[in-house]
Amino acid sequence: MMAKPTTVVEDRTDLESRPAEHGAKHPAAGTATWLDERVGLGKIGKFGLRKVFPDHWSFLLGEIALYTFIICLLTGVFLTIWFKPSMAETFYDGSYQLMRGIPISEAYSSTLAISFDIRGGLLIRQIHHWSALLFVASVTVHMLRVFFTGAFRKPREINWLIGMGLFTFALLAGFSGYSLPDDLLSGTGLRFADGLIRSIPIIGTWAEFFVFAGEFPGDLIISRLYMAHILLIPGLLLALISAHLALVVYHKHTQYPGAGRTDNNVVGYPLFPVYAAKAGGFFFIVFGTMVLFGGLFQINPVWLYGPYDPAKVTAGSQPDWYMGWLEGAVRIFPNWESHIGGTTWTWAVFLPGVGLMGILMTGLALWPFIESWLTGDKREHHILDRPRNAPTRTALGVAGMVWYGFFWIGGANDIIATRFELSLNAITVFLRVAVILGPIIAFIITRRLCLSLQRSDRERALHGSATGEIVRSADGGYDEDHVPISDGEQHALTQHAQPKVLEADDGSGPTGVPGPTKVSKFRATLSRWYLGSQILKPSADDIDEANHHEAQHGVEDAEARRELD
Amino acid sequence: MNTESKRKRKAQARPWVLVMALLVVGLAYSVVVPPSSSAETEMTQQIEEGKAIFDVSCSSCHGLNGEGLSAGPSLIGVGAASVDFQMGTGRMPAARGEAQIPAGEVVYSQEQIDAVSAYVASFGPGPAIPESSQYDPEGLNADEIARGGALFRANCSACHGIVGGGGAMPEGKHAPALGDTEDVHIYEAVRTGPQQMPTFSKDVLEDDDVRQIIGFLNTADEAPRYGGLGMGNHGPVSEGFWIFLLGIGGLSAIAAWIAKKGAGAR
Repeated sequence: MMAKPTTVVEDRTDLESRPAEHGAKHPAAGTATWLDERVGLGKIGKFGLRKVFPDHWSFLLGEIALYTFIICLLTGVFLTIWFKPSMAETFYDGSYQLMRGIPISEAYSSTLAISFDIRGGLLIRQIHHWSALLFVASVTVHMLRVFFTGAFRKPREINWLIGMGLFTFALLAGFSGYSLPDDLLSGTGLRFADGLIRSIPIIGTWAEFFVFAGEFPGDLIISRLYMAHILLIPGLLLALISAHLALVVYHKHTQYPGAGRTDNNVVGYPLFPVYAAKAGGFFFIVFGTMVLFGGLFQINPVWLYGPYDPAKVTAGSQPDWYMGWLEGAVRIFPNWESHIGGTTWTWAVFLPGVGLMGILMTGLALWPFIESWLTGDKREHHILDRPRNAPTRTALGVAGMVWYGFFWIGGANDIIATRFELSLNAITVFLRVAVILGPIIAFIITRRLCLSLQRSDRERALHGSATGEIVRSADGGYDEDHVPISDGEQHALTQHAQPKVLEADDGSGPTGVPGPTKVSKFRATLSRWYLGSQILKPSADDIDEANHHEAQHGVEDAEARRELD
Repeated sequence: MNTESKRKRKAQARPWVLVMALLVVGLAYSVVVPPSSSAETEMTQQIEEGKAIFDVSCSSCHGLNGEGLSAGPSLIGVGAASVDFQMGTGRMPAARGEAQIPAGEVVYSQEQIDAVSAYVASFGPGPAIPESSQYDPEGLNADEIARGGALFRANCSACHGIVGGGGAMPEGKHAPALGDTEDVHIYEAVRTGPQQMPTFSKDVLEDDDVRQIIGFLNTADEAPRYGGLGMGNHGPVSEGFWIFLLGIGGLSAIAAWIAKKGAGAR
């Protein structure tokens, strides 16, 4: 407000108290002030709204996970209004004619009711299921992004572990959800889980009795899963998501290398208004995409599967995608079983089913610590790795994906057999070899590709960008002109640190003074394997020399031309 | 001479006597025995036609008398229903030996198929081609059709998949999809157990049960696809495929657009 000129007060009314003038103020200002005075909104806002985030499409993968989780919560609330988590038997009398008069459970009956007799029920059910699939998918892809860019390094190891927890609970949320409708397919999935539980040596049978309250399927499992699915797991997910995001704010977001970006800053735009608009808009795009999926594409048509009956398994029974690799592993594993002192050890189920999940989860959880042990790197990192600059990590990641992928294919072996007219047995034999050889080949190829990319980066940093113009010199030689690349790109190509291989060190320095760290021979060997093959990035001197050389070239070229004239 | 000429005359008359005798016997027979029906003549004719086709198209694998060779099984006692199924769905005559002979183009007319069926049925007793009252689901009520679904899930879906979409079997064999199969052929397959399929006798599945199963399959096939496009109809496998391709792929493309759009720090 403009300052008013002082006036001589003649009129007494001017001195009387009156409400402050709010003419030009924002209508929300009153509320904001009210809140500020009570919960310190201003401080929170100043901190939160000015928070800077970097821009990259791959940073939005985690957002997809967050948004699909929210969609699942919203649609899930709708579904709980109608779903009856009971295995009590009833006779179906709803509007789906092909199930008329068939004895089915309350759970299945209410799922059919949601699908056929409740307005919008089928749409919401399908949005819920598609979002659940996308939730786990985006969690996985987000995790891959974090892995390949090294975003799990110090100080983010704990957030990586929280992420592992989120991944685990995402799987459990999905599994407990698609087991609820009590149709034939979901029951078959539960039967699979029952098999995994029973395959645990010695305690398997008792563990099964504990989970199912007696022998499979019992009559309690649906209500137990329901509790886990709508209360326990979402609660844990919410808590972990809060911690996950809080740590993202605390650590600040990582950024890709580029001009002006260091480990001590974040280059980007503030949350408000740029990211509020971008992230808010993206939420609605994700929601809209899921509504389109739910409206256009059929998912889990439970009415076709019929009620669960332990005596029936149909051809083409598969779990949702995230359990597919375990299903595949069990399908292709040799039928090993041993009997020791009256106990049965079902390796054919225990090793692929329980063992593989254990290997994947343990391996991923320990990786940040293993890597820092291999590199001896204890520094903080806020600039992301370009995957090529960590060739062994990238190669390991791709090998893991190939390994997972072949098991995954195994889970769909019958579909592949019928679709591509192949023999099931041939697929099994192929996959048994491929799950072992495939990752090794993938590792070698990926590491070589990374090193080649490093070489090409080095070339580009030293000699600039090829123009595509071929110049013929006076003596008939051909040469391609190069133009120097921008300083920003030069920085991005050369900013990364290249950690040195750890040398074996018994802890005593050359002068008898104890060294900083003890490095065993074993650790040194592994470190050489992990860091040994790197293409040396050009130093500042190298680049100067190269520039000088180029300049020399230019002078020579000019002289040559002059001679021609 | 007299006696000689007499003898000569007698010798000349002998064939005529024979002819007369045959005529009398023949006429007497035709009087005693009822005249042969035209249907029977047709039957014989049909079997002969069937034999002609069989000798050309089937005997190289199944043997000249349907006794079976190394390339094809014996057809003695398989019955007319089996031939009607195999030829009516184009599985036979097979072009070559395979893990499993697939359904194909029907190369013979129904008349010719009936002829071969009749011929093969003459090898030994077996299931006959059913009357339409045995397989036609016409007149079933909703409860019975729903019961057909329960029977299908209990007896058939382990191989043919949910609602008969088909399924894989070991060594390149498969249980075919049932969507395009004629009612009569489903009945015949149930009764004769072609290729990998087990035979379901009338003690296991009564004719009414089979009718209900056929009724269920037809109704399910005609039912609208609630919930939208099937996207390949391979359950969670196609669902997983599309959520990665369209879900992750599509949203990543949009994410790339959002990250590039407007005020961005690059």
